[in-house]
Amino acid sequence: MNKWKKIEESFFKFLMLITTYSIISVLLIILLTILYKGLPSLSFEMLTQIPKDGYYFGREGGILNAITGSLYLSLGATFLSLIIGLPVALFMNVHLVKCSKIVNSIRFILDLLWGVPSIVYGAFGFSVMILIGLKTSLLAGIITMTLLILPIMIRAIDEVLRTVPIGLYESALSLGSTRSETAFKIFFRQCIPGIVTAILLSFGRAIGDAASVLFTTGYTDYIPRSIMEPAATLPLSIFFQLGSPVPEVKGRAYASALILTIIILLISILARILTSKFNKK
Amino acid sequence: MLLCTIFIILLLTGITAGLLIKSWHIIEKIPLSELLFSDDWRPLSGKFGFLPFIISSVWVTMVALLLAIPACLLTAIYLTQYAHRRLLRIMRPVIDILAGIPSVVYGLWGVLVIVPLVSHFLVPLFGGTQNTGYCIFSGAIVLAVMIIPFIINILIEIFKAIPEELTEASLSLGATHWETIKYVILRKAWPGIISAFGLGLSRAFGETMAVLMVVGNVIKIPTGIFQPGYPLPALIANNYGEMLSIDIYDSALMFAALLLFIIVLIFNMLSRLIIIKLEVT
Amino acid sequence: MITVIIGPSGCGKTSFLKCLNRMVELYEDAKITGKIFINNEDILHSNDDVANIRKKMGLLAQRPYPLPMNIYNNVAYGLKISGRKNKAMLYKRVEHYLRIVGLWEEVKDRLKEPASRLSIGQQQRLCLARGLAVDPNIILADEPTSALDPLSSQIIEQKFIELKKNYTIIIVTHNLQQAKRIADYVLVMNQGEISEEGTASELFKTGLIQRMEKIFT
Repeated sequence: MNKWKKIEESFFKFLMLITTYSIISVLLIILLTILYKGLPSLSFEMLTQIPKDGYYFGREGGILNAITGSLYLSLGATFLSLIIGLPVALFMNVHLVKCSKIVNSIRFILDLLWGVPSIVYGAFGFSVMILIGLKTSLLAGIITMTLLILPIMIRAIDEVLRTVPIGLYESALSLGSTRSETAFKIFFRQCIPGIVTAILLSFGRAIGDAASVLFTTGYTDYIPRSIMEPAATLPLSIFFQLGSPVPEVKGRAYASALILTIIILLISILARILTSKFNKK
Repeated sequence: MLLCTIFIILLLTGITAGLLIKSWHIIEKIPLSELLFSDDWRPLSGKFGFLPFIISSVWVTMVALLLAIPACLLTAIYLTQYAHRRLLRIMRPVIDILAGIPSVVYGLWGVLVIVPLVSHFLVPLFGGTQNTGYCIFSGAIVLAVMIIPFIINILIEIFKAIPEELTEASLSLGATHWETIKYVILRKAWPGIISAFGLGLSRAFGETMAVLMVVGNVIKIPTGIFQPGYPLPALIANNYGEMLSIDIYDSALMFAALLLFIIVLIFNMLSRLIIIKLEVT
Repeated sequence: MITVIIGPSGCGKTSFLKCLNRMVELYEDAKITGKIFINNEDILHSNDDVANIRKKMGLLAQRPYPLPMNIYNNVAYGLKISGRKNKAMLYKRVEHYLRIVGLWEEVKDRLKEPASRLSIGQQQRLCLARGLAVDPNIILADEPTSALDPLSSQIIEQKFIELKKNYTIIIVTHNLQQAKRIADYVLVMNQGEISEEGTASELFKTGLIQRMEKIFT
């Protein structure tokens, strides 16, 4: 009896050990695959040139169009969602702090929005574009992407603000302007690492998402000169160029994947450092 | 601030309304029963049966979930019950990075690693005929890897929320650690586990690019996991933008987006409600 | 016999209790040195299974933590775990132990209901019955009445006094009045060490309460 109990427990422990380490190895395999395929294609030209003779067939050139496009798009969307999101999160945690029912319903809606698939945002963004007569462009992409990352931005800032005693700030506020100023400074300094983490998370989501920009931002060989022009993005650079029969073009897809993965890794490491700093305080 | 908050709430209703208005055109023309249960898909002749896409989506999601469930449970239990805290500290960034990798990069990895693996090893192993490897099972594997970090994160929180005293009570009655997990911890965590997988399911159902790249995209009701499929998100992503010339086709794709949106929203809502109820008690 | 451990919070009472049933092993940063003898056996370095050692000690926590199952199974759990499957016998044992803690009349018609529906006081008595059901020699109780209302506390104290004939009972408390009411032997802990010990009558006669109040403040 007791022997069987021990055997059963060891068996499951063994299974658990295997799955846990398989998950670590899957990550390593993914990273190594990307590195193995991407490194040979990575060169100075790759990073500094736009594709020549069309992105799908041209052997020459690099992915500068996708890098700049992705950066414009993600920075634009992150900036926009911060401008909309920060006030919402503050509003929820300062003014509505006493009506917890309303705040909780807003959180619930935000969580639902966070779960909506990006392709649905893409389709929705596209129909809005048509409605207001906007063409496939960087602007349309930024708007759609903003909608996509807004719930993440607000919820991430919200989680930070929840941990800060806002009541203290409010009572300081009522004591006069000089005190409220210092209180605001303290309050802000406490929140900054958390807010930066929220920005990083949103940026990471924005730069990696493809389905929402597929019809809204389009794809082009050139670097956009205004927000009304279409733009290339790294995820779509992978998606479109991977199917090409030309090896050099495929190389551009691999290089894009490598760069995208490096950006995501950097963001994740940075966010981790910031979170641990925030938690220490 | 209030405006911003109202905007957020309107966004959810806006998406619903937008998609509904856009797809109204086809709902009016073709009865819902035909849209949902017919497998006749010939857009040029005005035949829009979504059944092949719905079935494909269900297949890919279910197989992915079947693969993910044991892996997630075993890992989450191991990390919270048995493993040294150091392993959890290693696993946290591993899970974060896996969750942050863009879906196109997963798709690329699927094309480079999983598709050949399925084609050369798994299909012959199960006695199938020669196969390209672009099939439901490849899609499900990639999808499983994508949702595993997402689900594990939730599960870890759920297992950690179970009071230590409950474990101690069971142990003091002479139960082994494994018996405690089996009879007490899993039972206590049950609603949370269900909702974690509900959230994972809706995440999987809406995932577009990674699945699209490896699933084959053949319009036919799949009858086995080694056959190609064509899930709903892939349908939208592959055809949108091109089909604007045919008015009703445009509406049909919006209907697909609406369907996706509603299904995902329902699963999300149920799971989140269970979690909220858990937090209250 | 009832041994009461008293001392200010944070002095190590709970940790000491957790050493006795080897629960400390659940915490990675905890380390035990030394020896603990029960019936001339060093339980820390015993060849016996940990589960068996723990079974000999019933545990009552600060708040009741009923297992996530119905009332009947809460009591039958330990018996089932140790391999007893005979249904009629199980039922008899469950009834017996529920009677001991005075819960049988209150719950006999609702044995299939989840234990969480009982009142806190009833839950604590259920937890006591659950612990008794695996036939321990020792009962460890960690401030077992601190979450209860006065009436329920009184019932639990009463039960302890009834049970002390058959069991060795060790209770941690910071309630001096409670200690005075039920203790036969008293250990006073302060900053991780035993600062005083002796029979209750002796210690309380020599002004333990005044000394303790000094420590508490």
